[in-house]
Amino acid sequence: MGKLNRRAFLASGAVLGGGLLLAYFAIPKRLSLHADAGDDRLFLATWLRIAPDGAVTVLVPHAEMGQGVHTALPMMLAEELDADWPQVRVEQAPAEGVYAVGDLVRGFGIGDWRIPSALLRQVDYAAYRIADLIHMQTTGGSSSVRFTGHLGMRRAGAAARNLLLQAAARRWQVGISECQTDSGHVLHPPSGRSAGYGDLAEAAARERLDPDPPLKARARYRICGRPLARVDLPALVTGSARFGIDIRLPGMKFAAIRHAPVFDGVAVSCDAAAVRGLPGVQRVVKLPSAVVVVADGFWQATNALRGLPVEFDEGAHGRFNSEELTKEFDHMLSGADPTVDARIGQPEAVLAAAEDPIEAVYEIPFLAHATMEPVNCTAWFRDGKLDIWTGTQDPLATRARGAQIADLDTDAVTVHPVPLGGGFGRRLPSHLNYVEDAVRVAMEVPFPIQMIWSREEDIQHDYYRPAGKSRFRARIGSDLRPLIWDNVYTDIGLNEDRDAALIPYDIPNQRIGRVRHKTPVPLGYWRSVEHSMHGFFTESFVDELAHRAGADPLSYRLGLLKNRPRHRAVLSRAADLLGWGTAPEVGRGCGLALCECFGSIVAEAVQIRVSGDGELRVERVTAAVDPGEVINPDIAAAQIEGGIVFGLGAALWGRISIEQGRVVQGNFSDYELMRLADCPEITVEFIESGAAIGGLGEVGVPPVAAALANAIFAASGRRIRRLPMLGPERRLMG
Amino acid sequence: MKFKLMVNEQVRPIDADEATPLLWVIRETLGLTGTKFGCGIGACGACTVHVNGRPMRSCVVPVRAVASAAVTTIEGLGASSMHPVQQAWIDAQVPQCGYCQTGVIMTVAALLEENPEPSEDDLARQLSNLCRCGTYTRMRKAIRILRRS
Repeated sequence: MGKLNRRAFLASGAVLGGGLLLAYFAIPKRLSLHADAGDDRLFLATWLRIAPDGAVTVLVPHAEMGQGVHTALPMMLAEELDADWPQVRVEQAPAEGVYAVGDLVRGFGIGDWRIPSALLRQVDYAAYRIADLIHMQTTGGSSSVRFTGHLGMRRAGAAARNLLLQAAARRWQVGISECQTDSGHVLHPPSGRSAGYGDLAEAAARERLDPDPPLKARARYRICGRPLARVDLPALVTGSARFGIDIRLPGMKFAAIRHAPVFDGVAVSCDAAAVRGLPGVQRVVKLPSAVVVVADGFWQATNALRGLPVEFDEGAHGRFNSEELTKEFDHMLSGADPTVDARIGQPEAVLAAAEDPIEAVYEIPFLAHATMEPVNCTAWFRDGKLDIWTGTQDPLATRARGAQIADLDTDAVTVHPVPLGGGFGRRLPSHLNYVEDAVRVAMEVPFPIQMIWSREEDIQHDYYRPAGKSRFRARIGSDLRPLIWDNVYTDIGLNEDRDAALIPYDIPNQRIGRVRHKTPVPLGYWRSVEHSMHGFFTESFVDELAHRAGADPLSYRLGLLKNRPRHRAVLSRAADLLGWGTAPEVGRGCGLALCECFGSIVAEAVQIRVSGDGELRVERVTAAVDPGEVINPDIAAAQIEGGIVFGLGAALWGRISIEQGRVVQGNFSDYELMRLADCPEITVEFIESGAAIGGLGEVGVPPVAAALANAIFAASGRRIRRLPMLGPERRLMG
Repeated sequence: MKFKLMVNEQVRPIDADEATPLLWVIRETLGLTGTKFGCGIGACGACTVHVNGRPMRSCVVPVRAVASAAVTTIEGLGASSMHPVQQAWIDAQVPQCGYCQTGVIMTVAALLEENPEPSEDDLARQLSNLCRCGTYTRMRKAIRILRRS
């Protein structure tokens, strides 16, 4: 597609064999398009097809990784289309440039500004072109529903509905305002006539498209706002869903890999002869920083790899140690001037006047993603073309990276998107080492290979959530409100959101800033990114201030949120759901935390029980979330529940430590995740304030660690300032 | 080593090293990919199958150990129509990414076969599978649905 000079915009056309399709068409130098059915490339661009039998097919450009986007996005389109939901089918869009997610560019770039209709096509086109140029088909940042759904899917559905209305009005020779739609039909109540969308689809393709159709009033929603079942669950419970690791190709071999144990290390040499005769072994391939054995079966490859003598060069980082990094953090925090993110009032002067400021330092470790499906990639190079099957959060970026590694033209590479066995940021464009390795091997062998990373490789060669420390200083005035909030945190990378450390509280003097430091540790986006750190830091410290002021942590926060009705609402609701304020039994305690991120506002409350010797039981967690609007309350709740478990497991056990340049942890035996036995009862409620729609995939994570630490303090007087909380005996540390 | 293996009520001829974990025979030799690889050390349960009706983590079971046993995989659990556990998993909308769930479903199906009224403690002890998406609340809900029916 990429070679012609094309324009892309929302347009409509006829489908070969009848029906309507609605698409971001990519066509040469024409601003409108009608029936052009002979060109099957048009199908690649389709967002929506309506077949003569009435079946509506929605192509979703985003990856399904458990967040329910293959259900929620089609719901948004179907709502505006007024489709009959049982007739809606969902397909994964291919990794083609026309599916670059321009709405994310528009959403992140210009937010919720209302764009004049006259400019809409140009803005859409510009956003699409940017996304196409940077090979952007990203699923991440809690943005699919927010941007592709709200800016793209809804508009596509409404535009198609308009075309169908026009076609019906023309057929019946009546005014369009006399017609209405209902569950896949256009109706003309004065005459009692009705026609199905399938029947009208072909004629609709000849009508004039309005690129900026009015959207439905929410009061008229029939699909959005309902807890409809996920479309992809039957395949998941029967085991018939095909993840990347389940791809099977004729003649395919399996590859096992061992990376240089130290970051940026080099594989110098290996003694391939030592394993060549072993059963099933096909090839030994030395990559720049890893060795690979290719065999008939993965077990054979793994066994041979275990016995393969390899010489690795440690490179420059063989002495790197994460314990020393935390000492370096202290040095950084006490030394250089921070780069200031935000300054309010006269923070320096007020702080200097404080004789004995309240001070606290919090610390968090590196973390791995540990998707349940270990990263893997299937690749096949033949006849000058490369095919890649892999779970990725960005198929277009994967194609571009694959082409770069293989030294091929992008057009010679095809990426086949498949469902992901977990994402959480691990499979984003800058984290594609598992694709790079597989492509390098595929280029050297005449058969398809499936490279699977062992769990140990997956944990030890991840891109890690940055470790860090955050120092706070404050002073409380005579009215017990904070006079000054001074926060400096360490930034070793990926602190890209300058708002992440900001607080919603009304404090007259504030300074929030960072001190930077470089480390050799590969860093990655981890569910909720920098909010996973600052949520713990800021909400722990505001809790400390409440206790210093002798105030109830809920009313203290509410008192600092006078002009923040949405924040007040979620905080109060989460507290109510937990039964905040009832007298706790001995050893029990409740804690709260609040976070604004990804366009949503979320509060969580935790109830725990802790014994005298530090044995901890997380009993209940409640969450109140205001994402503006909820598309599917059941999927939305699942995302918050999952985010809470993700954040709790990390707070209790999560830690990647590095000794001598090597990751210490290697499997679920020493990188523990939450299990059923430890999982609290979780209650989630949504408050639909009607504000601009916010994200949900990540927002459950940030508040929970602080809410937990605050609950532990309430129960025991022990202030946890360092994560993870539990030591080897599963008892509270520190 | 050549031998026969009974999988999902079919006798299948196998040619594999006897030390090969059952998981890889199921996934690669037999092409039944519903059973998943998660950790390789029996810690996560994604690879759970039934061996003579008992749940076993197939990534740490050498195939020679089950040569005379009856193995059931997720493909054999609801072969004719959906198993009640699978249906409850849909009713409670349990899976998120779903990768671990076939192993969870196999574990729960075997557990309920043995004890149709498990207590919360029984569940906590016996359902130790890992789910990175954190679907435990929904698992409990699905099991409550199963208890009622």
